[in-house]
Amino acid sequence: MDDATRTSSPRWPRVRTPDPTLGRSSRPEMKPVSVERVPGAPAHAKADVDPPTKPKRQRIVLDDGPVAPVRPYLHSRSELAQQTSWGATLIADQIHGLLKIGVLFALLTVAVVGGLPLVMWLLPDFARLEVVGVPLAWLLLGVAPFPVLGGIGLLFVRVTERHERAFVDMIEHRG
Amino acid sequence: MTGLQIAAAVAVVVVAVVTYTLGRRSATRSGQDFDFARRTVRSRRNAAAMSGEYLCAALFIGITGVVLAEGADGLWYPIGFTAGFVALLIFVAAPLRRSGAYTMPDFIDARVPGAGMRGLASLVAALIGVLYLLPQLHGAELAARTLFGGPDWAGPVALTVLVLITVLGGGMRAITVTLAFQYWLKMFAIIAPTLVMLVVFIGSAPGGAPHGITSDDPPVFARDSTIRISEPVTLRVEAPTKFEAHGEIAGHPTDGPTTWSPQRGPLEVGADTTLTFEAGAPVPVLAGHPAGNADWLDPSGGDVWDLLGTYSLLLALVLGTMGLPHILVRYYTNPDGIAARRTTLHVLLFVGIFAVFPIMLAVLSRLYVPRLLVTGETDTALLLLPSAMLGGGLAGQIVTAVLVAGIFSAVLAAASGLVFSVAGVISTGVLPERLRKQQLGAVLVAAAALAMALAAPRIDLAHTLSHAFALAASTFCPVLVLGIWWRGLKAKGAAAAMVIGAGLVLTAIGLEVAALQRGEEAPVLIQHPALVSVPVAFFVAIAVSKMSRRRVPADVDDLMLRMHAPDPLGFLRDRSFPRQTEEQTRSGLTRHRRHGHG
Repeated sequence: MDDATRTSSPRWPRVRTPDPTLGRSSRPEMKPVSVERVPGAPAHAKADVDPPTKPKRQRIVLDDGPVAPVRPYLHSRSELAQQTSWGATLIADQIHGLLKIGVLFALLTVAVVGGLPLVMWLLPDFARLEVVGVPLAWLLLGVAPFPVLGGIGLLFVRVTERHERAFVDMIEHRG
Repeated sequence: MTGLQIAAAVAVVVVAVVTYTLGRRSATRSGQDFDFARRTVRSRRNAAAMSGEYLCAALFIGITGVVLAEGADGLWYPIGFTAGFVALLIFVAAPLRRSGAYTMPDFIDARVPGAGMRGLASLVAALIGVLYLLPQLHGAELAARTLFGGPDWAGPVALTVLVLITVLGGGMRAITVTLAFQYWLKMFAIIAPTLVMLVVFIGSAPGGAPHGITSDDPPVFARDSTIRISEPVTLRVEAPTKFEAHGEIAGHPTDGPTTWSPQRGPLEVGADTTLTFEAGAPVPVLAGHPAGNADWLDPSGGDVWDLLGTYSLLLALVLGTMGLPHILVRYYTNPDGIAARRTTLHVLLFVGIFAVFPIMLAVLSRLYVPRLLVTGETDTALLLLPSAMLGGGLAGQIVTAVLVAGIFSAVLAAASGLVFSVAGVISTGVLPERLRKQQLGAVLVAAAALAMALAAPRIDLAHTLSHAFALAASTFCPVLVLGIWWRGLKAKGAAAAMVIGAGLVLTAIGLEVAALQRGEEAPVLIQHPALVSVPVAFFVAIAVSKMSRRRVPADVDDLMLRMHAPDPLGFLRDRSFPRQTEEQTRSGLTRHRRHGHG
């Protein structure tokens, strides 16, 4: 998982391809910073040379390139895995949050689609209206529900994925 | 053989051969293809495969049939079929995938382990599977009889043999490719004929003038029609109707011209009667169905019980989708929870696009093949509509052949998928250790379904299918939803919910069959029991779990964490393969392939 691209991208509804490393240890191996070792002055020369005038050569590296940050996230993850009191609370909150989103969307669906039979039953005159020769009821029942349901599904996927990403960020950036 | 029969036969053979070849070619890696598929199948193709399995005969021809018969009241079926995937998406998709369960019994085994739990769950899955196979077999019977004639048993028997060949021969193994193909075939087979017929309809409307669909009158026969009634029916007449009858009318032998007016009450026609109507005569309809077009178009009629029936049907369809064995199996081919959600979303969109077309065809059927309203065989509308609209020439034959290909593909995909998944479930959960072979399971399931299909009374396909949904909604839905979202669900609660939910639904089905055999119409909540059985099952699950004194085992917390932790944290760990898959590797299911490919 490329951590940098995920957390720094501001556009959250980003299509993410399934990650091939999922299920394994989820961080790539951090490469040790390669500091080139430079041999000191040869031993046989030491006696001949005046030490103050010829100091040992040393290469000073000012920029190491990308350095792995300290990884507190592994610590948080193991707290989750071991269900310490903090980890258990965290996951309970997460389940609660996801459930809340789910129930909200279920209520939305019930209100939009589940309300249709009741509306048709309570307002028969409304059900008999016509729009350009097509009965309104047939548009409402035969065509409209499908894009609406698709839209609800799309919105749900986006909201849930954002919620989960926030949770992951929280775990990974806990100091 | 007529040209139409030849065209239909060619379509069936082509679909069967292509399905089988695709399946065998892509199933070269024995036993492990699910594992390989898991990493490579993208959510859209996976969704096409899942939709390919879901769009069964009852959706393909059943929606048209039920809308043609019941009008606006039938529109709740496609809505429910689509909305089921919203419920699946919201409450089940991602956690189910992350749990690593391959079938419902696997999930129950992992979440609420206990003695006999796997067996009970397998039994329920088998029941749902057999109930779901019923409309597929009846669909095959209808199609075979309408197109080719012949005895009633020919269609179901032929389908069962074909399904067993596909499943045992391995044609259904690498199902993703096959099913995705089936899905696109079905999409084409419904969209292209609909468009052709809509064009013809719009072109012919000014001159040919089919009777306006929005007028108050009943539909009329477009041309002289002779209808043979093989079983006694009760018809409803809205206007004085002249016809010629040979046989038995209202208990009296009749032979010659007759007039029947609405004042004389329902028109009872005896068995083996031939009715001949002239062009322009109003069409009598089966008692209990809306007669006039305005009535047919109007969704608002009926009393409170009808409203409750509508809600009961919707509840069954929406919550039942998550308990269908052949749908749950497909979740395992997703790489992770996020992919599972996206797959479900795609299926939702695919099914939603599909559902519009049978509705349009139903409206056309009302105009062009109203004779089906007399016999009540509205499910055959799709097969008869093309020749009625386009004539018996080449155009009609081609369109019929395309539709037949779609219908056959729908029947074959759903039936094979069901037999395959249920066979795996019962071979590990129900059969004794010595007989634990998937082939045996497949034969048992197919035989049970065939026997039931031949014995069961024929009712609307969509209605038969709704029983399978009601059963799934009253058994697996509470266990899944509570198991995923409520830590406190215990084995006793889950078992009690499944037993009571299944008991209620099966009782209702039994009562309905009994009522049908007495020639009565069953009460609404017997026809659609979900409004009672689903809340009862949920209540029982919660109450019994609360009363059970056993503590929730510690590994439940582990499972809850795995089901709900986002994928990047890496808690997803798939169990080593489910037992039945490993066994297939060893058993004969794949043996021929290993020989064949060296």
